[in-house]
Amino acid sequence: MSLMYEMNQKALKLGVPLSVHLDVTYRCNERCVHCYLDHDDHGEMTTAEIKDILTQLSEAGVFLLTISGGEVMMRRDLFEIIEFARGLLFNVKLKTNGVMIRDAEAKRIRELGVEQVQISVYSHRAEVHDRITKLPGSLRRTIEAIRFLRSQGLKVTIANVLMSENFSDYKGVMALAKELDATFTVDPTITPKIDGDRSILSLNVGDSNLKQVFRDPALVGDVDKFCAPPPVPGEDVMEGYPCSAGHTGCYISPYGDVYPCVAFPLPSGNLRRRKFLDIWRNSAELKEVRSIRAKDLTTCSSCTHVGTCTRCPGLAYMEGNMRGPSTADCQKSFQRTGLPSANMLKRAEAGLDLRRSAGPLIQIQTMASPMPTFTAEENLLSA
Amino acid sequence: MSEKYIRRSSQIAARMLGGEMMIMSVKDSTFFMLDPVATAIWQAADGSSSLSQIVTEKICAEFDVSPEIAAQDAEEFVQELAEHGILLISDHPVINSAVVNSTQPRGMQ
Repeated sequence: MSLMYEMNQKALKLGVPLSVHLDVTYRCNERCVHCYLDHDDHGEMTTAEIKDILTQLSEAGVFLLTISGGEVMMRRDLFEIIEFARGLLFNVKLKTNGVMIRDAEAKRIRELGVEQVQISVYSHRAEVHDRITKLPGSLRRTIEAIRFLRSQGLKVTIANVLMSENFSDYKGVMALAKELDATFTVDPTITPKIDGDRSILSLNVGDSNLKQVFRDPALVGDVDKFCAPPPVPGEDVMEGYPCSAGHTGCYISPYGDVYPCVAFPLPSGNLRRRKFLDIWRNSAELKEVRSIRAKDLTTCSSCTHVGTCTRCPGLAYMEGNMRGPSTADCQKSFQRTGLPSANMLKRAEAGLDLRRSAGPLIQIQTMASPMPTFTAEENLLSA
Repeated sequence: MSEKYIRRSSQIAARMLGGEMMIMSVKDSTFFMLDPVATAIWQAADGSSSLSQIVTEKICAEFDVSPEIAAQDAEEFVQELAEHGILLISDHPVINSAVVNSTQPRGMQ
């Protein structure tokens, strides 16, 4: 049992929000084809508001703070915010596209004691990466940023979201990460846009691609083990909770809205009207999320994959029922093990095509997940 | 033997969780959970108090432990955290040390 696991269990028992993902802006200098955000500024929190929230978070026991966006460097007060957060002794992880990070910014990030920086890279080929970001020269700038950050001794993770357009390039990105001495993660999931628009789901990778990812030892390690049929779930599994969303972590938008997770857009309170701890402890929405155990899940509780599925309650919520299946994760479990999920069997019996369901077949989750357990972060395959 | 003065590094993250201190080195991501005794030493590591003073005033006075054992354990603990850059050791007091700030880590007790 790792210390991190112990820490999570203790936080869960005490009801402490161990990790928070804070988006400081939705503005961005890229326009990625798969992005789920609206990039207009609808009234971002001020520097003072963010500092007040950071103080509240430290008092609530938050330890792991992910600062993300949008593009974080679009905020002129970013370093002031990080400095304040570090003064409160948060462990700070930064998510950025790196385009605005030069030597001076990398040096400042290191001086401030940021623990790690995650940067999105879609391809090792500029024509592919720049087509996805819609920003000419972005791959060159991003790679330069990674070099600047690495030269400061900072830990960098390259996050590679997979779509049909860039699927064939993931090995190239992995090699690039190795060359740059950065960690590599790949994410084969996409989420609908924040306004409910599902059109971007057409960018998803196909079944055969997903299968290929799950059978690449460079990504999953022991393929036989990774793709093994799930064991029969025990009572502990059925009494377990689906993921850390709302239990030991949550998400805060640039407008002060609190959600269980960045991938779980269930509005649970606003920090411009209520204190963080009031929302964390008393929000009816968070209480409902916390009440759900695996045994309570409709369909999934009887699924052979219930103990091993990466089922994201946020994606299930976006399909209409936070206790229901997430068809994207049904597909992942199926492509991984070859065993159809209970949801797939149910729909087949009813003569429904899973692909034509209300929900998307494969949803690409945001790469920016704050949660250390089973939500979007868990769906990243690290190498 | 000369006195040791210890102070917290600026390159750490820390938070109290249920009476224990979580500490992570932002340099190498090493993670520690300190028990209440170790937490007391870490909190007293302001650069101006000697380790022997901390042991006497913060450990022996507040915990049921003999001075010899407390001193030995404290020595080992300080050495280990120093190896990860979490504590900085000096042979003289450091006033206005470069601790990231003077704020004690907050968090749920």
